[in-house]
Amino acid sequence: MTLQTFLLLAAALFSIGLYGVLSQQSIVMLMMGLELMINGVIAAGGAFWHYVAPRTADGQVLVLVAVTVMALEMAMGFAVVTAIFRARDVDLTDEAGDLKG
Amino acid sequence: MSVGAFWALAVLAVAGGVAVFVVDSMARATFALLASLLAVGGTLLLVDLHYVGVLVILMMVMEMLVMAVFMIMYMMNPGGLMPMKMVHGDRAAKIIAAAVFVLLAAGAFLTPWPARRGPPPADPTRALGLAIMGPRMLVMMVVGVAILATMVATVVLATHRGRYDR
Repeated sequence: MTLQTFLLLAAALFSIGLYGVLSQQSIVMLMMGLELMINGVIAAGGAFWHYVAPRTADGQVLVLVAVTVMALEMAMGFAVVTAIFRARDVDLTDEAGDLKG
Repeated sequence: MSVGAFWALAVLAVAGGVAVFVVDSMARATFALLASLLAVGGTLLLVDLHYVGVLVILMMVMEMLVMAVFMIMYMMNPGGLMPMKMVHGDRAAKIIAAAVFVLLAAGAFLTPWPARRGPPPADPTRALGLAIMGPRMLVMMVVGVAILATMVATVVLATHRGRYDR
């Protein structure tokens, strides 16, 4: 259990999430990929606090911010999905390509 | 013992993450994601982040339960009775994800990380509280405004019609 192993875990979670974000067609599954990527950030933040700079609380603050971002991302994502599903019956990313930009 | 616990939790976290995109039902995917998030919360407990670890665990349980409701609303395959594979650019996504993993893992092992600065405080929770109520207050203020903005934006997006188009 070292900083490196924690970062390896974070890298694995981040990459799996990235795969989901890039490959999933369903918007809600894409959001689960985003959650997994932030999950990796949480693991890395906690590890950096413990193994690099435990005296200041910056790593802990980073974890708090990541957790908040996760909740906000989910809330905004579902609001957008609800809005576009209601307006156009769309729940796939391929059908919502015009949102790009 | 904590080393064994760490590896068990790490394997659980990664396996849960993989399961999210392998299982046939979005409800199962939600609970696989919950398992992954809880395992990461558990690893935080192992590095003395008791408050933050418990916070992550409690928050993720709530969040994933809310998510499960939305998942069941939007999924086309509730019981997982049929195989579910809805991907585009699968091969490219796998290659990119693998390349990013190799890059990040190489960075984690090859970077000369700085030595640990100072011992951890006797009570990390107290240190966190003093930080967010003192020198890091700006962070928490921005987070607070972001939460408020999200609340307003989600309500605006999710209401069926505006105030004037009756």
